[in-house]
Amino acid sequence: MGKKAPDEGFKKPANGDSERHDQMPGLEARRKRLEAELASRRSAELNDGKSEGANKSSYAKAFQLSTEFVAAIFVGTLLGYLIDRFLGTTPWGMIIFLLLGFVAGVLNVMRSAGVVAENRVTKTADNNDDNAKG
Amino acid sequence: MANDPISQFQISKIIPIEVGGLDFSFTNSSLFMVVTVAAASGFLFLTTSNRGMVPSRMQSVSEMGYEFVASMLRDGAGSAGMRFFPMVFSLFMFILVANLLGMFPYFFTVTSHIIVTFVLAILVIGTVIFYGFMKHGLGFLKLFVPSGVPGVLLPLVVAIEIISFLSRPISLSVRLFANMLAGHITLKVFAGFVTSLSALGAIGIGGAILPLIMTVAITGLEFLVAFLQAYVFAVLTCMYLNDALHPGH
Repeated sequence: MGKKAPDEGFKKPANGDSERHDQMPGLEARRKRLEAELASRRSAELNDGKSEGANKSSYAKAFQLSTEFVAAIFVGTLLGYLIDRFLGTTPWGMIIFLLLGFVAGVLNVMRSAGVVAENRVTKTADNNDDNAKG
Repeated sequence: MANDPISQFQISKIIPIEVGGLDFSFTNSSLFMVVTVAAASGFLFLTTSNRGMVPSRMQSVSEMGYEFVASMLRDGAGSAGMRFFPMVFSLFMFILVANLLGMFPYFFTVTSHIIVTFVLAILVIGTVIFYGFMKHGLGFLKLFVPSGVPGVLLPLVVAIEIISFLSRPISLSVRLFANMLAGHITLKVFAGFVTSLSALGAIGIGGAILPLIMTVAITGLEFLVAFLQAYVFAVLTCMYLNDALHPGH
């Protein structure tokens, strides 16, 4: 998903007018072309190696998901506690933020598991950003 | 060393220093941080000192490290993320070398203390926040406001997004710390079985073979974990930096 955006980023300055590009036109253009070529080859290689890596790190993935979940609950509780402490709203802040922490934990887990597309909105915004600048 | 799996994480002062009532002692942890930095930079410096177009064996190891982190960063944060390459590469090398140094017997594992990993995570998140505000100003706060959410739900969603963002340094640091801690304790416990079983005589020595096999296997696994955790830390750093570069969530 993230691979598409950098490729476009490479091609655009080559035709357009980046300030760095003006300083050393020939070398910079050649470097850009090389990088674009490398990026396309790399993405092909990455797709080959991806399935293998996913199997190897399933333990790491499990660990990652559990920490994401617990960390959000921890932060939620801490925030609730601090709000209670300074606003004197005991116990409501803690109750509400603990529950919000659970929700955030589920969101974290779903994000890192790739169930919720994190970059869906980001990518379009990114492209708009690039268009506006270039 | 004691037969206690926790004693390997003990901090001991080597040179006690105290400034204004605060403890700034040079501990075994500091010593191994210095060793880690020296080993990482020494390796990179020596292998690339007489660089040739056709790389020598060691030089290609350094170049592989460079290429590995560079492609990770480019995939994770786009070509604009390459300005963070020095930071990501240093973090990756530091964690990797610290984890690997910890695999030597009698060595101290720097990354098995949560304060160390937490500071590394705070460094990453601090960079994200600082750079995000510097580049986008208040527009960085759009990170917490997903587009296309009905106005009634917005406060709730923003609160959830903020908690989710604040939980990042914690999950980042806990993951690295817990993996190293758990791995080293497991290793020590199984190795402890070998010695205590073999003290029981002939049957014990026969029985000690099983935990010995286990210890060897776990050592292999730990080398994998040492690399994997450095990799995971660097990948997540790239992902978070991507948020700082493109906060239009």
